[in-house]
Amino acid sequence: MHNFEFVKPSSIADAVAAMSTEGAQPLSGGQTLLPTMKQRLAAPEVLVSLTGIAELQGVCMGEGGLHIGAATPHAVVAREALAHYPALASLAGGIGDPAVRNRGTIGGSVANNDPAACYPAAVLASGATVVTDRRRIAAEDYFQGMFTTALEEGEFITQVIFPIPQAAAYVKFNQPASRFALTAVFVAKFADGVRVAVTGASNNGVFRWEEAEAALSADFAAGAIAGLTVPSDDMISDLHGSAAYRANLVKVLTGRAVTAAR
Amino acid sequence: MPKDTGIGASTKRREDVRFLTGRGVYTDDLTMFGQAHAVMVRSTVAHGRIVSIDTAAVEAMPGVLAVFTGEDFKDVGGNPAGWLINSRDGTPMREPKRPVLAHGKVRHVGDAYAAVIAESYAQAKDAAQVLSDATVIEELPAIIDMKAAAADASNRVHDEIPDNICFDWGWIEDNRAAVDEAMKSAPHVVTLELTNNRLVPNAMEPRASIGEYFPGTGDYKLTTTSQNPHLTRLLVCAFVMGIPENKLQVVAPDVGGGFGSKIYHYGEEALVLAAAKRLGRPVRWTAERTESFLSDAHGRDHVTKIELGCTKQGDILAIRTETYANVGAYLSNFSTATPTFLHGTLMAGPYKVPHVYVNVKTVFTNTAPVDAYRGAGRPEATYSIERVVDKMCRELNLDPFEVRRRNLLTPDQFPYTTPVGLVYDTGNYQATLDKAVELADVAGFEARRAESARRGKLRGMGLSTWIEACGIAPSHLVGVLGARVGLYDAATVRVNATGTISVMTGAHSHGQGHETVFPQIVAEKLGIDASSVEIVHGDTAKIPFGMGSYGSRSLAVAGSAMDRAIDKIIAKGKKIAAHMLEAAEGDITFADGKFSVAGTDKAKTFGEIAFSAYVPHNYPLETLEPGLEETAFYDPANFTYPAGAYICEVEVDEGTGKVDVVSFTCADDFGNVMNPMIVEGQVHGGVGQGIGQAVLESTSYDENGQLLTGSYMDYAMPRADDVPFYTVDHSCATPCTHNPLGVKGCGEAGAIGSPPAVVNAVIDALHRGGHTHVSHIDMPVSPNRVWQAMNA
Ligand SMILES: Cc1cc2nc3c(=O)[nH]c(=O)nc-3n(C[C@H](O)[C@H](O)[C@H](O)COP(=O)(O)OP(=O)(O)OC[C@H]3O[C@@H](n4cnc5c(N)ncnc54)[C@H](O)[C@@H]3O)c2cc1C
Repeated sequence: MHNFEFVKPSSIADAVAAMSTEGAQPLSGGQTLLPTMKQRLAAPEVLVSLTGIAELQGVCMGEGGLHIGAATPHAVVAREALAHYPALASLAGGIGDPAVRNRGTIGGSVANNDPAACYPAAVLASGATVVTDRRRIAAEDYFQGMFTTALEEGEFITQVIFPIPQAAAYVKFNQPASRFALTAVFVAKFADGVRVAVTGASNNGVFRWEEAEAALSADFAAGAIAGLTVPSDDMISDLHGSAAYRANLVKVLTGRAVTAAR
Repeated sequence: MPKDTGIGASTKRREDVRFLTGRGVYTDDLTMFGQAHAVMVRSTVAHGRIVSIDTAAVEAMPGVLAVFTGEDFKDVGGNPAGWLINSRDGTPMREPKRPVLAHGKVRHVGDAYAAVIAESYAQAKDAAQVLSDATVIEELPAIIDMKAAAADASNRVHDEIPDNICFDWGWIEDNRAAVDEAMKSAPHVVTLELTNNRLVPNAMEPRASIGEYFPGTGDYKLTTTSQNPHLTRLLVCAFVMGIPENKLQVVAPDVGGGFGSKIYHYGEEALVLAAAKRLGRPVRWTAERTESFLSDAHGRDHVTKIELGCTKQGDILAIRTETYANVGAYLSNFSTATPTFLHGTLMAGPYKVPHVYVNVKTVFTNTAPVDAYRGAGRPEATYSIERVVDKMCRELNLDPFEVRRRNLLTPDQFPYTTPVGLVYDTGNYQATLDKAVELADVAGFEARRAESARRGKLRGMGLSTWIEACGIAPSHLVGVLGARVGLYDAATVRVNATGTISVMTGAHSHGQGHETVFPQIVAEKLGIDASSVEIVHGDTAKIPFGMGSYGSRSLAVAGSAMDRAIDKIIAKGKKIAAHMLEAAEGDITFADGKFSVAGTDKAKTFGEIAFSAYVPHNYPLETLEPGLEETAFYDPANFTYPAGAYICEVEVDEGTGKVDVVSFTCADDFGNVMNPMIVEGQVHGGVGQGIGQAVLESTSYDENGQLLTGSYMDYAMPRADDVPFYTVDHSCATPCTHNPLGVKGCGEAGAIGSPPAVVNAVIDALHRGGHTHVSHIDMPVSPNRVWQAMNA
């Protein structure tokens, strides 16, 4: 690890000011950033910790659905979203191990947009809104390919707002080593249709499986997607799974998510 | 009532008090006054010629004290291979020098070619990065695939070895023609090509070493993560550095697991000693996890074709194998023994097979060195045999249990001379098989399968009947086979004046529980309380000698040495007692901690005798030395042969290909058992590692020699929820016939017997699910592979 400055603002305004420093980078739970720094793959000059800002903490119902502060750890979401959005709570409860869940946060995960991360699937399938220090971004516009988002230089997430579906489920198939998603599917049934978001599978990061959405909007049953095939052209192929295998998982897990949805 | 003390009691592990409360003292926990920090500079390419290393670029950096390169060690010796193997044509193996730091060429990603010593770790790390950037290496094509390496004489890991072959070994070469003949005339031949996947040992504690030099005396001290401190001393002194053996003390304090990888001497140990001498300060080095992945000796990595000739009823007539064994870029200390004498000699398994021939070609590649890893050679043999026997059952539509019963050796056949050079002393393989069948409730399998099916899962059952040779090893035998060392062990039993005891043993505990078990034996034999016995190990200055712990040898060999030393203590005690009790020595008996005159009530306690030995006021000084301390060296007469039967049940998810190991039953024969709880723990750990190998662990290099599985993000270790609750039994015991404790060893069994049981179960599940075209899946049977196989 290289030397760095550390600031811990207690308000969004102070954080905005701190983030305008040259070489500043937000630090949330540190579960991704700190290992990267230890390996000397990242060397930010100033770390701006977001965990001391009250407005960035917590889970509550509000306008447009469930509001989750960006610095809320996964363990808190698993506990506090349960009554409002059980599929989201179960997703949060299935991330990593207890240590990771107690430190890692939704803001860090959504900002990082790891192609195998869990939260991006929930954000996209729910049609959530990513709120930052300067604007609101619709999920569709937010994710722009693996490790790439609409966030601008110095911009940071303050909260994520999830509309609550009638029924939903997240089914994750673990990569055997990291236990991130080898492929995972979030299915959310809203009054105006079904949304299916897939993580872990595509070279372009999280995506919506639109054929399945159409079929499931017409008939919300696992059998409705039986005739569909998932093209494997853009799928990730690595030592844990070929592109064809991932394409298969997309379909199998979507069916299971529909069956599990409540 | 189970015993709560002495031999056979499940005494709780005394070492766990410090391990579980964070009070263990490991090498990296030690802080030396004036210490400096070493960071190794490692190759980022698999194969290349070192053009230049600009050491001047770092020498003036803050805190930098010294820079070492291969040039600094070019005149000292290399780290040798411990076994000389001859090829089939009689020529000796090719033995390239393994230098302290790579010189001239780098040969694998992670090959250290320089080291930076600095005041602080961070400064050394900074400078190492700069030095890496200031090094010019002309990259050469990487040699990764074994068969391609052997076929291409133009691209060489070692310039002087044209075909990259270390040796081409035949076992037993004289039997080859007869085996070929038997194979030709066999009514049925089963052929299977398989890979025994390369594994990274992943000890919880990474390797670490601290070198010290004392200019006043010229003494060196090496504190290091070793399973084998005396061997390390021998290698550093006699082979690499030329330090007189009496001038180097090697200490291995608490060691957090080794699984084989810490048997060997590594270059970093020589480096910290040389640096300590140059700087006149202690120099320390601790591997980062990434360095462990890149530079610890890996395990397994065989590609094998096995053929089995049999009758249509499943009588095994002949076995023939051809194996390519990867030794990586350099020969690690046991690397030449592992694929040969720990593998080929086991290729008859527990069966009466008249004809067996084994061919092993060891190949140099641009990958990390490969050496013994828990089981070492025997898992590879067991996996090949048990997989091909299973395939035979499928091809001939025979019951796998029935086929084992037909072929297993029967108790009346011992001692049994195998066609591959071993003499099994004793065993009862039917008994362990019957026990496993009973404990696994094989009769109830169909009901369990139907229940799994209702949950949408394919259930399968797999069997493996395994044997191994451990308690390594009789020196006379291994000497004939090419070992450059003897494999006896030693113990000193020191009775203190107050009757407490220190046992200095050559075995080295790095998790096994010697500190608990060895005192149980002492306590039983001397009739004293185990709490008054202390085990001292891991320090060449304190221990008479030792060959360390591996090959399930600690109890069988070092324990036997201790047993012999205790016998000497008792014999001397009788002499003292005879004098004190004014009786003839022949009339003294020793039992329950008392020396008595037979047929009288005259007796002296063990404590009284000890006191008298050190306060010899009433003592036969004319004929007997004072003091009560005895040393014994023990060289076993034979290997020991643990054996057993393992039954595994798996569920396969047809949609995803995921394999869940849902039950695992072990019926083992370890001979006499000293502490059942520890034995069960060893089996649990071994089976956990075997399930890891079978289902999860994969070491993958890409074609450029980059390690794709260089962290826990990609290297899948078994976790608690990957393994089931085990059923473990060791009641079918046939005591070893040639060591005084009747023990066989249990440390490696689980890792040896379990992988084929798991894979056999997976194939069984797929067949029962209608995927009858799948005859084999290579380990690890990952979801991706199982799904691909089902959908091929
Ligand atoms: C062992 C382990 C297992 C894991 N398993 C899973 C898993 O199964 N599924 C899964 O989804 N994830 C998993 N993770 C990742 C985990 O969820 C991380 O917590 C998450 O990716 C990052 O969150 P963080 O709060 O730790 O972010 P940090 O590490 O603090 O930051 C990550 C990145 O986001 C930036 N950042 C942080 N907060 C903000 C913000 N508010 N606005 C803008 N940028 C910001 C940082 O600058 C940095 O670039 C695992 C991690 C570990 C270590």
